[in-house]
Amino acid sequence: MKALVWHGTNDVRVERVPDPTILNGRDAIIEVTTTAICGSDLHLLNGFIPTMQAGDILGHEFMGEVVEVGKENTRLKVGDRVVVPFTIACGRCFFCERQLWSCCDNSNPNAWMSEELYGYTMSGLFGYSHLTGGYAGGQAQYVRVPFADVGPLKVPTTLSDEQVLFLSDIFPTGFMAAENCDIRPGDVIAVWGCGPVGQMAIRSALLLGAERVIAIDDVAERLQLAAKGGAEVINLSEQPVFDTLKTLTGGRGPDACIDAVGLEAHGATLDAYIDKMKTAAYLATDRPSALRQAIHSCRKGGIVSIPGVYGGFLDKIPFGAAFQKGLTFKMGQTHVMRYMQPLLDLIERGLIDPSFVITHRLPLDQAPAAYKTFRDKADGCIKVVLKPREVTVH
Amino acid sequence: MTSGVNVASAERWASALGGAALTAYAIKQLTDRSPAGAALAAAGTALIYRGATGHCAMYAAAGINTAHDDDDTKIALAGPRGVNVEDSFTINASPEELYVFWRNFELLPRFMNHVLEVRQLDARRSHWVAKAPAGRKAEWDAEIINEIPGELIGWRTLPGSDVVSAGSVHFTCAPGGRGTEVRVRLQYDPPAGKVGATVAWLLGHDPAHSIHEDLRRFKQLMEAGEIPTTKGQPRGRS
Repeated sequence: MKALVWHGTNDVRVERVPDPTILNGRDAIIEVTTTAICGSDLHLLNGFIPTMQAGDILGHEFMGEVVEVGKENTRLKVGDRVVVPFTIACGRCFFCERQLWSCCDNSNPNAWMSEELYGYTMSGLFGYSHLTGGYAGGQAQYVRVPFADVGPLKVPTTLSDEQVLFLSDIFPTGFMAAENCDIRPGDVIAVWGCGPVGQMAIRSALLLGAERVIAIDDVAERLQLAAKGGAEVINLSEQPVFDTLKTLTGGRGPDACIDAVGLEAHGATLDAYIDKMKTAAYLATDRPSALRQAIHSCRKGGIVSIPGVYGGFLDKIPFGAAFQKGLTFKMGQTHVMRYMQPLLDLIERGLIDPSFVITHRLPLDQAPAAYKTFRDKADGCIKVVLKPREVTVH
Repeated sequence: MTSGVNVASAERWASALGGAALTAYAIKQLTDRSPAGAALAAAGTALIYRGATGHCAMYAAAGINTAHDDDDTKIALAGPRGVNVEDSFTINASPEELYVFWRNFELLPRFMNHVLEVRQLDARRSHWVAKAPAGRKAEWDAEIINEIPGELIGWRTLPGSDVVSAGSVHFTCAPGGRGTEVRVRLQYDPPAGKVGATVAWLLGHDPAHSIHEDLRRFKQLMEAGEIPTTKGQPRGRS
C-alpha cells in the first residue's frame, strides 16, 4: 500500500510499505476512504515531538471500511463504514470505565516511555511518535486499528465522509474544550487560535449556550471563518489582545479562555520571541505565548481550557495570576469516544456540519506538498483532507 | 518500585529468608483466616521463619562459607544478602481471578518475557525454563513455600537450580471498587557468582524494570485480554 512516511524534520514522503495485518484478536483492518492532516501533525513535521523515528507512518484522523477483523472482535464486521477515534483505548481499565479514554492504562505498547516523562502512562495514539505507542497512522490506504471493538463508530450512509470524518479528532477536541468551559448563561468565551480545533471550539461554545465568543488569530481567512461561525474577532497583529478583550467585556474579562494553539504559538509579543530563541537553542521545549495571554486575560474565578497540545516543560507561566485570580485549568488529550455518538447526533440533526473547515481536497500522493501548504498557511489553507483511494499511478 | 543493593534495603530484608515479607504478611493474615487456613499458613510461616533465623544465627556465628551452599535460598538469600525488588500494579479484576490465573504457573510465560516454559511437577513444585545468555537455557525447580488461596503465593527455587531466588505475590482488594493491588517481591542472589549472573541476565540490566514490565503485561492481559503491540506493523524505509 501507499502511506505518508515521516523521515525527519520537514521531510515527509508518500511511499510503498507493506499492508497491515491483524496482530491481536481485537484488531480490525480498515481501508481508508478519507483522512486528514491535523494541526498537531505539523508539530511532528516541525520536529517538536520527541521519539519520532524515520519510517513512521503518520495520520490520526481517518475513516473507512472494515476489510478484516480479529477473532476476538465481535462488534465489527467486514464492510462496516466507520470513523476511528485518534485515541486508542482498551475499554476495560479503571480509566476507560470512567470515560477517561485518553488515559487508558493498556493501549500504549511503550508505556514505560510515557511513565518516564509524565509519571504515568497515557493511551496509545495513531501516528503520533513512539511515546504514544508508535502505532502506524491512517494517512495510508490501509490501517490496523487495535481494540477496534471499542473505538470505531459506525456511521450512516446518509452522511458523507467529509461530514463525519472530523468525529475522529477535531470536532470532539473542540467540543470538549468548550464543554470544559462549563458554560452558563451570559458567558463570554475567548478562543486563541482559529485553526480547525479553534473553529470547532467556537461553534461548540455557541451550541452550548455561550452568550458571545471572541476569536483571536492573525490569519485573515481564519478570522473570517470564525466570524462566519458567529464569533467576534481580534486580529492579534493589529489589536492589543488583553486591552481589546477587556473593552469588549466591559472590563470583566472573558469567563473562560480556550487555548487552541498549543506548543508552537507564534505570538508577536516579546515573550513569544524569547520562547522562539529558547526553543531554537534547546533551552525550552514548548512555546506557550497563547497560554500566557489566556491566563492573563481570563476573568477572576474563570476557566482556562486547553485543547492545544503541550508535551514538555513550559517557561514563565504566569502562575501568580492564575493563583491570585483563582483560575480553574482543564486540559488533556481528548476523550474522543465520549463525544463521538452525541456529536454524530448533532450532525444528523443538521445542527452543525463540520466539513465547513475544509479548504483543500487532495489525493494521498500530494500529501507532502499539502503538509507544507498547511504549515505555511498558504493558499488560504485551513484544513486538508486526503483521499487514499485516488492514488495516481506512476 | 524499589531495587538495588544497599545496606538499608538489605537489612529490611534481613529477617526475610526466602521472603521475610511472606512471613510478616502471613502472620498478619492469621488474624482473619479460617482455622484450617490459619494453621496451614502458620505452619508454613513458622518453618520459613525458623529457617531464616536459624541460618541468620549460623551466618552471624560462623561467618559462613557459602562456596558449596550458594544455590540454597536459605543461605544465598539469608541476612544482608541478595538483591530485592518490589513492585505493584492495581488491576481491574478481583483478587480471586488474578490469583487463579497466576497460580496456573504454566500460563506465566504469556506475560513473563524471559520465561519460555513452566511445567507443574506436583501440587507444590514446578520446573522452569528461561532464556539464558548465548542462546542457552536456564532451568530450575521451584516450590511453593506459602500460599493463601485468593491472597498470596510465595515460592523459592530449590537446590540444584541454575537460579537462586525467592519471591511472593500478594493480591489485596483496592479501595472503592478499584480492583486488586498486586504486589510482587522478589529476592535473588546478586550477580557475583555464575548463578546470580544468570538471574541478572534473565531479568535484564535493570531487574526492577523487567519485573515492572512483566507485571504491566499481566495487567494488560487480565484487563484488556491481550498485550498491545506494534510488532509486525508496516513502516517506511528508515
